Amino acid sequence: MSAEAHTSTEYIKHHLQNLTYGQLPAGYTRSDGEVLRHSTWTIAHSPQEAKDMGFMAINLDTMGFSIVLGAIFLYFFRKAARIADSGVPGGLQNFVEWVVEFIDSSVRGSFTGRNPMVAPLALTIFIWIFLMNLLDLLPIDWIPGLSGLLGLPYLKAVATTDPNATFGMSLTVFALVLYYSFRMKGVGGFLGELTLQPFGKWGMPANLLLEGVNLIAKPVSLALRLFGNMYAGEMIFILIAIMFSGGVVLAVTGGVLQWAWAVFHILIITLQAFIFMTLTIVYLDMAHQEHH
Amino acid sequence: MNMNLTLIGQSITFAIFVWFCMKFVWPPIVNALEARRKRIADGLAAADRGRHELELASRRATENLVEAKQKSAEIIAQAEKRASQMIEEAKTAAREEGDRLLAAAKAEIEQESHRAREALRGEVAALVVAGAGRILRREVDAQAHADLLQAIQNEL
Repeated sequence: MSAEAHTSTEYIKHHLQNLTYGQLPAGYTRSDGEVLRHSTWTIAHSPQEAKDMGFMAINLDTMGFSIVLGAIFLYFFRKAARIADSGVPGGLQNFVEWVVEFIDSSVRGSFTGRNPMVAPLALTIFIWIFLMNLLDLLPIDWIPGLSGLLGLPYLKAVATTDPNATFGMSLTVFALVLYYSFRMKGVGGFLGELTLQPFGKWGMPANLLLEGVNLIAKPVSLALRLFGNMYAGEMIFILIAIMFSGGVVLAVTGGVLQWAWAVFHILIITLQAFIFMTLTIVYLDMAHQEHH
Repeated sequence: MNMNLTLIGQSITFAIFVWFCMKFVWPPIVNALEARRKRIADGLAAADRGRHELELASRRATENLVEAKQKSAEIIAQAEKRASQMIEEAKTAAREEGDRLLAAAKAEIEQESHRAREALRGEVAALVVAGAGRILRREVDAQAHADLLQAIQNEL
């Protein structure tokens, strides 16, 4: 526990900072007072440094954890897919088939069009988000603590508490929604949908405003819902963890609270993965429909 | 909490994962599920068909059995009837043959006795004639006549 060395605020800030790799300009004064003579690619050592790196920086922890978890997901599912046949299924195959059937029935229930991409997309979203969320259940000091021993200044284990990750996914989904809207309805059809309702052609500006907000709200709400839920959950874990350094009574209370919140969080991480998946299916279904 | 290149990196990662899933994960599993569903459905249909066939076969077997029993009873009845008929015929034939033999025997006996009587009559007549000739040539002696007559009587 680093709370002895830091204040509570620092502890919280430390836990909310990604491991950011980016470029700092020449003449920049680093957090330890060092002044850079050349512009340098480096790992940010303070939240301010990460902020000053601007857009041309990358969160190594978010990318790393999400890629590793996605690779684990695809490894096991690919393994099951290779041995899949119509005979008696084994343990892994059984589990994978159970998940696939669950996703498939969800897609069949919400998606009325024909598109072989939607179901695999939904499967990837559900499992990937679920796995990323799952790391939230690990005690919050384990992974940052381990990485601290390796000399990394920051590490956020839960990729979905990084808005970059959630917006990355939701914008990809949004791109698909736009692509299929144009493809299925045609340019005229899609623009007509945006401008000719609900008030008819004389209310075009109002229509465009309403439908535009409606359209933009899809990726934004998709990303912010997941991010907000996971960020808030993480924040509560951090606040509970601060209690551990407040004496025996507070520590025991904190332990009980952490356990209770983790149990509740099992529901949240599954639910958020499911909501993201379902809304993606619904948005794509709307994109495939000729008329509202 | 800064927006940076991670956004684009995550989008690309996500797209690659989805592509991989769509290409190599989803189709084999769904195909296997579909194949198993079909196999189970086929199996159930085959079981149904088998049960139906078994039922038909057992019904047919019962029918055959009943028919065979009926036929055998018929054959037995026919055989019995035939046997009694044959016995009857044999009896009739035997009786007829007996009657015929009897009639033939009777006729022969009649004939024989007739012939014997004819012969006897001839002999008697000859004897009578001879006797009468003897009587007529000699004196009638009562005693002698008596003996003679007795002899004729005996011979008759």
